Amino acid sequence: MTAVVDVEQAGAPAPAAPPAPRRPHRRWARVVRFRWLLVMLLPGIAYFVLFRIWPMWGAQIAFKNYVPFLGIQGSEWVGWEHFADFFSNPDFPRLLGNTLILAALSLFVAFPLTIVLALLLNEVRLSVLKRTVQTLVYIPHFLSWTVVVSLTALLFAIGTGPLSSFLDGLTGTETNYLADPDWFRPLILLQTVWKSTGWGTIIFLAALASVDQEQYEAAVIDGAGRWQRTWHITLPAIRPTIIVMLILQTGEILNTGFEQIYLMSNALNRTVADVFDTYVYFTGIQQGAYSYSTAVGLSKAIVGLVLIFGTNWLAKRFNQQGIF
Amino acid sequence: MATTETVVPTPALRRASKPSTQHQRFNTRAGRAFDVVNVVLLVAVGLLALLPFLYVLAGSFATELEITTRPFFLWPREFTTDSYASILSSEAFVRAFVTTIVVTLVGTLVQLALTALMAYPLSKVELPGRRTIMTVVVFTMVFSAGMIPTFLVVKQLGLLDSYWALILPMAINPFSLIIIKNFFQQLPQELEESAKIDGAHELQILRHVVVPLSKPVLATFALFYAVGIWNDYMSPLLYLNDQDMWTLQMFLRQVTASASMSAQDMGTDLPPPAQGIKFAVVIVATIPVLLAYPFLQKHFAKGMLIGSVKG
Repeated sequence: MTAVVDVEQAGAPAPAAPPAPRRPHRRWARVVRFRWLLVMLLPGIAYFVLFRIWPMWGAQIAFKNYVPFLGIQGSEWVGWEHFADFFSNPDFPRLLGNTLILAALSLFVAFPLTIVLALLLNEVRLSVLKRTVQTLVYIPHFLSWTVVVSLTALLFAIGTGPLSSFLDGLTGTETNYLADPDWFRPLILLQTVWKSTGWGTIIFLAALASVDQEQYEAAVIDGAGRWQRTWHITLPAIRPTIIVMLILQTGEILNTGFEQIYLMSNALNRTVADVFDTYVYFTGIQQGAYSYSTAVGLSKAIVGLVLIFGTNWLAKRFNQQGIF
Repeated sequence: MATTETVVPTPALRRASKPSTQHQRFNTRAGRAFDVVNVVLLVAVGLLALLPFLYVLAGSFATELEITTRPFFLWPREFTTDSYASILSSEAFVRAFVTTIVVTLVGTLVQLALTALMAYPLSKVELPGRRTIMTVVVFTMVFSAGMIPTFLVVKQLGLLDSYWALILPMAINPFSLIIIKNFFQQLPQELEESAKIDGAHELQILRHVVVPLSKPVLATFALFYAVGIWNDYMSPLLYLNDQDMWTLQMFLRQVTASASMSAQDMGTDLPPPAQGIKFAVVIVATIPVLLAYPFLQKHFAKGMLIGSVKG
């Protein structure tokens, strides 16, 4: 099939032609043969060039003093100045701390909870029940952060919300949970767990379903209990999946999720709520410091890239499957 | 490339839907006790996922007095639709609601069409330039220029204060693109070949052969795109300055975040938001997503997994 079309379109190259000059010719024949498919590709290419590549080119303003009037090209180069400003800024340690604490909570609490929930779901015998619970726990994933934050605001409304009045009853004092800096991180973690734990189980359940069932039978014959089977068969079997998800999570460490943090932060909890993502917004969009905020965003993206390749490298060193 | 194969569950999940025989071996007393605890725990987890929403649903039909005096309830003592009546009488709310529906419908269509149009040629292994394009696509998954450079591009394209700014910058999700491409790739080639022999054009093949065969996958990603636009808060925040253009999420934020602002401060024509109004707006912002969910839910697990077959 391929050969026939090639010959037709390319004007039948002589069969005796030497291989070297034929190659560009063949390539051109392929282009001709696929011309309509290549035309179909154009809108997609236009999208990637406009909205994904062009911003990368524009990111050079991190090294310039961008003045909208002069344009990106016309603005003056300043080298690493904005990066130096950022790293020596007193805000920097605070932003880094806040970001890392939130990332650690997500990595050490939310992530293991996802695995635990998947393991528990995997143990359910009644498939109707399993599917119902799955359906329910996936739902929060589809709600917007605006809705989740609004739900939080209603549940923790001062004095009248169900959870705030419950907690007030325990402590005996009336607290404004949404404004109290001490409550910011627990609330963020609570929201993250509520919204994403269920959805996160999908991938682990898939891995669990592919565990070799005969191993369990053999283990039962050897007298292994449920816990032993989980520890010695199930967990090792899904280890590659756990590692891959861990690598991806690590790459996300500095991405705290703009919407959630932005919507949860207010004048009273700024000290703990400011993270890189929101800082870029406040300095860039609100204060118009385009170059400086681009430098902040770029540093973040590069650290994320290094982290993801770093963990991947580590995983491979320890004889685990990486993702690249 | 390898990224995609690992992010996505393996086809093995299809087996997971069958009732597992593994558990028949656990009929010891301890095993049964564990089962009971496990079931109770999971039912509780399932309810916890739904409970906040049910409370807000009940609250949206309750009187102001009941909301402020009863800490928690799932059924209002006195049933009233006042909250809904009051948001429906707000011009700003109705405008935001209609706008969001239109933007979501148009946006989903545009995004899905662009994604499928790009995925189809890329599913042809022999396509010249395919590797280069795929490398760029994967690169954009791990590295993005960030908020400000993207904002400047949108600004330069004259899309500020345009609804296209909510649609075009996110038109093709690389992850969705790759899964749809992989799905197209494992469709039987014979059908396309025979359509080609019948004289069908590539675009016709895509429309009349490939798309009908890919309905579950396309439905899945239509849902993801639609939910993405409906739920988006960052794009309108960045790109829409004009309050009259606000989407529902912006409106919701404004209503629930303000405890004691006047109507003018809020950019809405509602009276200073009583609690009941907040409840009702949350419900209205959530219901369309929840209505779409059951119809597409049966597709997404299937769609996600079929598309992930290594290609």
